Amino acid sequence: MTAAVGRRGPALALAAAVRAGEVSAADVVEEHLAAIAGCDGELHAFLVVLADEARAAAAAVDRQVAAGEDPGPLAGVPIALKDNLCTRGIPTTCSSRILEGWKPPYDATVVERVRAAGAVAIGKTNLDEFAMGSSTENSAFGPTRNPHDPSRVPGGSSGGSAAAVASGMAPLALGSDTGGSIRQPAALCGVVGMKPTYGAVSRYGLVAFASSLDQIGPFARTVADAALLFDVIGGHDDRDSTSLDRPAPRCSSRLDDGVGGVRIGVLRELVEGEGMDPEVRGRIREAAEALAGAGASVEEVSVPELRYALPAYYLLAPAEASSNLARYDGVRYGLRVDGPDVGAMNAATRAAGFGPEVKRRIMLGTYALSAGYYDAYYGQAQKIRTLIIGALDSAYGRVDILLGATTPTTAFALGDKVDDPLAMYLNDVCTIPSNLAGHPAVSVPFGTDGLGLPVGAQLMAPALEEGLLFQVAAVLEGAAPALGLPRVAAATLGSGGRAGGEDS
Amino acid sequence: MSGTWEPVIGLEVHCELKTATKLFCGCRNAFGDEPNTNVCPVCLGLPGSLPVLNEGAVELAMRIGTALHCEIRPSVFHRKNYFYPDMPKDYQVSQYDAPINVGGRLELPDGSTVGIERAHLEEDTGKTGHIGGEGGRIHGAAHSLVDYNRAGVPLVEIVSRPDIFSAAQARLYAGELRAILVASGSSDGRMEEGSMRVDANVSVRPAGRAELGTRCEIKNLNSLHSLARAIEHEIGRQVALIESGERVVQQTRHWDEDQGRTVTLRSKEEAFDYRYFPEPDLVPLSPSADWVADVARSMGPMPADRRRKLTELLGEAAGGRTDQIVGVVEKDLEGLVEAAVAAGIGPALALARTANEASANPDGAREVDPISYVTILRLEQEGLLSATQAKSVLATLLDHGKESAALVAKLGEKGTPAEIAARLGFEALGDDSTARLVSDAVEANPGEWARYLEGEAKLAGFFTGIVMKASKGKANGKVVAAELERLKG
Repeated sequence: MTAAVGRRGPALALAAAVRAGEVSAADVVEEHLAAIAGCDGELHAFLVVLADEARAAAAAVDRQVAAGEDPGPLAGVPIALKDNLCTRGIPTTCSSRILEGWKPPYDATVVERVRAAGAVAIGKTNLDEFAMGSSTENSAFGPTRNPHDPSRVPGGSSGGSAAAVASGMAPLALGSDTGGSIRQPAALCGVVGMKPTYGAVSRYGLVAFASSLDQIGPFARTVADAALLFDVIGGHDDRDSTSLDRPAPRCSSRLDDGVGGVRIGVLRELVEGEGMDPEVRGRIREAAEALAGAGASVEEVSVPELRYALPAYYLLAPAEASSNLARYDGVRYGLRVDGPDVGAMNAATRAAGFGPEVKRRIMLGTYALSAGYYDAYYGQAQKIRTLIIGALDSAYGRVDILLGATTPTTAFALGDKVDDPLAMYLNDVCTIPSNLAGHPAVSVPFGTDGLGLPVGAQLMAPALEEGLLFQVAAVLEGAAPALGLPRVAAATLGSGGRAGGEDS
Repeated sequence: MSGTWEPVIGLEVHCELKTATKLFCGCRNAFGDEPNTNVCPVCLGLPGSLPVLNEGAVELAMRIGTALHCEIRPSVFHRKNYFYPDMPKDYQVSQYDAPINVGGRLELPDGSTVGIERAHLEEDTGKTGHIGGEGGRIHGAAHSLVDYNRAGVPLVEIVSRPDIFSAAQARLYAGELRAILVASGSSDGRMEEGSMRVDANVSVRPAGRAELGTRCEIKNLNSLHSLARAIEHEIGRQVALIESGERVVQQTRHWDEDQGRTVTLRSKEEAFDYRYFPEPDLVPLSPSADWVADVARSMGPMPADRRRKLTELLGEAAGGRTDQIVGVVEKDLEGLVEAAVAAGIGPALALARTANEASANPDGAREVDPISYVTILRLEQEGLLSATQAKSVLATLLDHGKESAALVAKLGEKGTPAEIAARLGFEALGDDSTARLVSDAVEANPGEWARYLEGEAKLAGFFTGIVMKASKGKANGKVVAAELERLKG
């Protein structure tokens, strides 16, 4: 157990050590299972820990290494999977009662790809039911807590994945981002979280929330790890018709290219906007200065059309969700509550199986698509989407990257916003524009507020500019103030200094 | 009542495409397999699964569009949302306001033309079976079983304009459409297996008025016969309602074949709000101009084209023989007519024998050796076989199908036609014996003969009849006529 730090350090270093035969994948897995045993009682990031499967997978990696084969760029690296990603033979719940007992007969494409790259799936993480929420409090199986302050939320909907990575229970995790569900919890938990260009990562096997907005993306403690994981999961997939016809990305190679000559636009609406915490605003201003100091040209940019993003999103996403979630009717799989006829059985099943937020969105979406209302709601929201794409495109005519906050505030207390859906929805105000536009964006930890809670700086880029995005993110990460150790974390997590520091 | 009311009918026809696999996944598209064996995560709509469009289905849809003279356009898939247990996703992927085929026409054998509104692509649902109820109906059933083999099978829905004005014309339309689906290789068009399903929109209006009446949609039409019956019944029902001072209420009605009537299924108020919106899991479909052109080039002629071609070939002989022409094309036998005419057989004879004798045994006729077929027709035309004999020989020939060439070859190249006929089992009367029978007839009927000589030409038929009777039909009418002329001097 001499390389304890390395094993929990960044995925890159872990994989290198495993590939070189310096550390066994088996030891790495045990280390992380121990971390889960130590932390997850308090955090509840995992819905299921795949101890046996992970041990078997690690053993297979070690056999490959012993046989002189290369298990791949993520050799032996434990990875946590958001529980809306299908895993063959392993329950996939979406944190909903309605999927009770359902085991997918297939793996999501991203699950296949991380396994093929040598990663070891260590568990399925908690989320807001069907990814609808910003705090992970909408889970049917209880909330996840923020490792930096367990009385606070980790953000959502991928709160389990964010908390798992922040606390050192896994060096990598996958999440999904429909309106900010990767970036917002990444910001609140002090880790890197990235949403790719729509179509850059296959959605096959991601249980749909809002199909035209959903993207799978990486969580990691360093920009380099996030880029590596994105490189592994990206690229065309024949099983997803919206998957872009492009080869696998190679963002990892651009991390040292710096920001000399890169034009950064500080996005006024995501810094000065209504409800923006002054401390968060301060950190983003500092981030802008840091990039300028590193050689980027920095200017202010305003895209006033973004004020329409949130209302448009809350029509489009529920509309698609109302259709995507129709299939949970008790006929074929999951929960069934019997009734005197099929219609009554459908209704009873859905009444019992869905939580209040899911029901609220199904009703919103059903209404938005109804005859006579379609043009006023869904149709109008699509026009706003087009408007926002155009407005961002014209901003990108002047700058290469936009910088703003990921969230208006740092992590809030559990229970704070559960009774106020609108306040909860406002948490996504900074992240939603990228989903509507289909553009990539990343949240990078950049300092804390006065309570020591992490602040996330968000970088946004035009479609398919993930390379530049990671390149700038790496510079931002290098300039970021040290982030304190999470209060709940694996014992050895902090040995390398701030989260994201290299092991040594 | 008739004459004062005009029925107006539009048909919606769903046809299953003859692809190897389903519309959005690689599962087999097959009828009659063990339930729930041709299924996968995609066609079962399992969480996380995504559709991938089958290019072959698009091509068949384009073939249908081309055959119906539609414009093939860039199209978009929509979701049609409603709950039904045999629909795995509780929405159907269909096309809504941007269908692949728009604005065509179908020419019917009676010369009328019916406009085509659209022909769009969509996925089929599964099938529900009800156990323990009466006759498989849901009422009183103890439980239901769903077979998802059909879920995701590609369909094209062909919507006609309200250009049909009688039950007979509706039947003609459905029959012609079926012929086109089969001819274009797009579908089996089997109504009894459900690979072609017809719904009828029926309304009536005072004759001469342009405005349409309130329509009812009739479902559950499982054969062309049911289609015509149901429409007849529905027209009567609507006219009776109006004439008794009531109004037709817009609704969907179910055809009850046993009772011979339509019954209410649901009213307009109970109609589903399908909440259509663009299917976000699929990208818009935009067939290239090259692809559209390739499809058009690869299409064989459609029935209407073939009828036109056959009519031209027949020239004057086509007059008044529309039914025979339709029948020959329907059975795919115009090749025999063409072969015969090319070999110098009169068009009327070529059509008659093909429409009657050959059509009576279409399987044999499709396999028969055309040269042998023409040989028999020539024997008849040259008077060496009587019509009765020729029909009989043809029947034998058609029964032999593929071996027909061998059968005729066995007759040998040599020998007079009479010898050939004899070898086929027929004793054609030689000219000498015919002449003897003619003179016998003349001698036995001196009065008639005298009147014939005085110019009563129709008595030729009288003598021919006697000769035919005496020869048991073996005499050749032309030889009889020639002999009568000769005796007349």
